[in-house]
Amino acid sequence: MGLQGYLLVSAILFGIGMFGFLARRNAILMLISIELMLNAVNLSLVAFNAYHYNGPNNAGAIFALLVMAVAAAEATVGLALVIAIIRTRQTPEVDEYSDLKE
Amino acid sequence: MIGGGLLVVTLRNIIHSAIAMMVCFGSLAGMYALLGAPIVAAAQVLIYLGAISVLILFAIMLTQAGDANLPSPFHRQAVLGALAALVVVGLIGWAVVQTDWGNASVVIALGIASLAKALFTDYALPFEILSLLLLAAIIGAIYLARRPEDDEKANG
Repeated sequence: MGLQGYLLVSAILFGIGMFGFLARRNAILMLISIELMLNAVNLSLVAFNAYHYNGPNNAGAIFALLVMAVAAAEATVGLALVIAIIRTRQTPEVDEYSDLKE
Repeated sequence: MIGGGLLVVTLRNIIHSAIAMMVCFGSLAGMYALLGAPIVAAAQVLIYLGAISVLILFAIMLTQAGDANLPSPFHRQAVLGALAALVVVGLIGWAVVQTDWGNASVVIALGIASLAKALFTDYALPFEILSLLLLAAIIGAIYLARRPEDDEKANG
């Protein structure tokens, strides 16, 4: 499997994450979908680093590590927000969060 | 891996989705190892399988009071969402297939020593900023997830 294969897998994984974010109604599952998309981008970064190595310092792998740390921070704050909102609204369904509309 | 990803977004029970997500992340770690980046694979296992999956499972079990099964887990815009995702995948896939990647056939293994040197010299500033971001995230998460009554108890 060459670079193309990895990039195609990455694109498909990104699409799955995008579909999950757009289509699911559970707030926690939307966060999981965001994690899937971040992982897809990470995969393409590492693949490019492995196949097109032009610099002295492995920029792709370092970017992947930094993205992982940022994703961890994002997941922490996002889940705290979701737990707080579920505690006040008693439901994880994003359709029910429509106070601003009314 | 793609099967695991598909299961994540289609399973009805959200705990099953989270376990499918762990399968997906684990196979991604395997792909990193295949790409000659064992340090990224190790970080994937530690951060995603170890930390984020446990965090998400905890969040699900904290919030899922009783049986919360729905008639349909999908939003009414699911068809439009699937269409948009298919368009994006099609565009990226077309671009990937059309591009001439040259003689990109050799996987270059990553030297851990050179990676560490780069991380602490050329990328030292992003590294330090990242530590600040993580600290801010920890404080923010504690503040957000705290119950109001804990606060009153703490104040006497």
